[in-house]
This record gives sequence, structure tokens and C-alpha cells, in this order.
Amino acid sequence: MLLDSYVLGASGGFNGGDIVFQLAMFIILLALIKKFAWGPLMGIMNQREEHIAGEIEAAEASRVEAKKLLEEQKLLLKEARTEAQTLIESAKKQGEAQREEIIVAARAEGDRLKNSAKLEIEQQKEQAVSAIREQVASLSVLVASKVIEKELSAADQEKLINEYIQEAGEKQ
Amino acid sequence: MDHGAPLIKFMGLTFNLSNILMITVASVIVFLIAVISTRRLAMKPTGMQNFFEWVMDFVKNIINSNMAWKDGGRFHVLGITLIMYVFVSNMLGLPFAVTYNHELWWKSPTADPVVTLTLAAMVVGLSHYYGVRVKGLKGYGKDFFKPMWFMFPLKIIEEFANTLTLGLRLYGNIYAGEILLTLLAGSLATGFLGHAVAVLPTLLWMGFSVFIGAIQAFIFCMLTMVYMSHKVSHDH
Repeated sequence: MLLDSYVLGASGGFNGGDIVFQLAMFIILLALIKKFAWGPLMGIMNQREEHIAGEIEAAEASRVEAKKLLEEQKLLLKEARTEAQTLIESAKKQGEAQREEIIVAARAEGDRLKNSAKLEIEQQKEQAVSAIREQVASLSVLVASKVIEKELSAADQEKLINEYIQEAGEKQ
Repeated sequence: MDHGAPLIKFMGLTFNLSNILMITVASVIVFLIAVISTRRLAMKPTGMQNFFEWVMDFVKNIINSNMAWKDGGRFHVLGITLIMYVFVSNMLGLPFAVTYNHELWWKSPTADPVVTLTLAAMVVGLSHYYGVRVKGLKGYGKDFFKPMWFMFPLKIIEEFANTLTLGLRLYGNIYAGEILLTLLAGSLATGFLGHAVAVLPTLLWMGFSVFIGAIQAFIFCMLTMVYMSHKVSHDH
């Protein structure tokens, strides 16, 4: 009796109803789970998958963008640096040139001033000499007329004057 | 142990009312778990949704280990339902058994060979159905003569053996577990010494039965997918 109950199917005949019921319940359960759990959950899982894929793609894209921008910035920086370099260079050159120019101009001005001063001095000297000469002539005429007022012919007088003038010119 | 079963006859079929009850209870529990865990779906899963997604992934891995997803994807719901139903059924008989009028009412539905063999026959039948549907009648028929023509009788036997082993393995494991639990619990009723002696083995056996129940659910689902892949996959 005890052993009998362990034997397969010993619990009394063939339970056809159980088979039908089990099958029906399982199929109903399958349908219900598919409708209420599996479908929505699969949907959300797919949605999440897509979301993650999208996020990864976006991250990748923004990384590429950032890289590109960085390259651009680097290039710009480099350009700016070279530009600054050339600017400094040209400024230096210009300064050099200007210095040279100023020096040359100053030198030329100096020379010009010196020359004009020399010229003026020469002129003044000339004037002074000619003035002195006139005075000397008139003085000597005066002196001679005073000394030889009495008996001197006109010819002798002239001769004398000329000698004086000559002397005066040589002494200068 | 040797309790009777509440049998009734209805429309020429014999119904075991305790089976009916327990099948319904197990189905309702599985359905409730499924519905509760998917009631509030979110992109960032929490709580029960995590659990159910884990179950889905678990079954998906089982399927993927047997066949390509494009072949096996259609069995996903079947696998989830099977593994959860079998697991819940296995657990139902563990905490207690209820007898009324010397008739056993509360037990694991999977501790009855009728139920497990029904499930097994359903699985094998489905595998044949999908075999025909996927490969066509010709491809399906050819599979019986592979790899050699004289394997044909063995192939035929295999189908029945598959059904029997799939169902009886589950039944045997769970039924044996319940028998032993009943024996241990029965010994609790023999006085103080009986209590003292039986408590530890009962606890141990309960823990082990939980383990066995989980393993058997997994094996049932796994073998289902193995049989399906035999019929459906093209590289076999």
C-alpha cells in the first residue's frame, strides 16, 4: 500500500482532465504573460537599447567635434603666433630703418648748417676787408694830403696813393 | 504520504481537484509576479522590473547557448513562462502540505507525473510543430534520417524518451523532495525527541529542495530549448 502510492500513475486511473486543464492554463498563462509582461518589457528594453546606442553615437560625434575644434584652435593659435612674430620682426626692421634715416637726416642737417655758417663767415670777412680797404684808402689820402699838401703834383700824388694801397693789400 | 486524491468525474474526464487548485495557484502567482514587476516600466529599471529583466536575460542566454537568436527568439516567452511556472510550482509544495479528509490538497503541481508529462509532451509537440514550420515538411522529415538512414528507429524512440525523461525528471525530483519532507515532518509528531532529531534535517532538506526546485526549473527550460534547437536549427 505504501509502495503503491510511489508508483507512477497509482493515484487512481488516468487524469485526462488534469492534462486538459494544465494545457489550457499554461496556454492562457503564456498569452497573458506575453500580453502584459513580455511585450511591454521587451518594448522598453528595446527602447533603452536604442537610447543607449543613440547616446553612444552622440558622445562619439561630440568627441569628434571637440577634436576638430581643438585642431582648429591649435591651428589658429599657431597662425596668431607666427603673425605676432612677423609683426615684431617687421616693427624691428622698421625701427632700424627709421633710426638709420633719422641719423642720416641729422648728419645732413649738420653739414648743411656748418656749410652755411662757413659761407656767412666768409662773406662777413670779405665785407670787413673791403670796408677796411676803403677806410685805409681814404685815411691814407687824408694823411698824404696833409703831409704833402704844399708842393706835390697830381701825378706824384697818384703814384704815392697806389703804393700805399698796394702795401695795405699785401699786409692783409 | 499515502493520502488519496480528490477525484471527480466531469464530462467523461477525471479531474484531480488538488491538481486543478495548485495549477491555478501557480499560474496566478506567476501572472501576478509578471504583472507587478511590469506595472511601472521605466528606462531606468528599479526593483521588480530589474528582477523580471534579469529573468528575461537569463532565458535569453539559455536560448542563445542553444541556437541563433533569429531562430530562438520566438521561444523567449515560452521559456520565461516555463521557467517561472516550474519554479513557482516547485516552491509551492515546500512550506507545507495540506490534507483535508485524508485527501492531499496543497502540494507542488509538479509533484504529479500527469502535470509534468503534460508539460513535457507540450514542449516536444511544440518542437515538432516548429520543426515543420521552420524547415518545411521535407526538411523536418529528413532530420529523422540524419546522420545515417538506419538511425531512424532510434530517432523515433528518442522523441518518446525525450518526453518521458523531461517530464519524469522534474516529477521525480520534486515528488521525492516532498515525500522526504512529509516523512521528516511526520517524525516531528512523535514527541520531543522526534522534534529534536528532525528539525535540523528538515531545515537542511528544505534548503536543498529550494536549490533542487531552482535547478530543475532551469534544467526544464534548458532542455526545452535544446529540443527546440534540434528541430529548428539548420546546422544540426
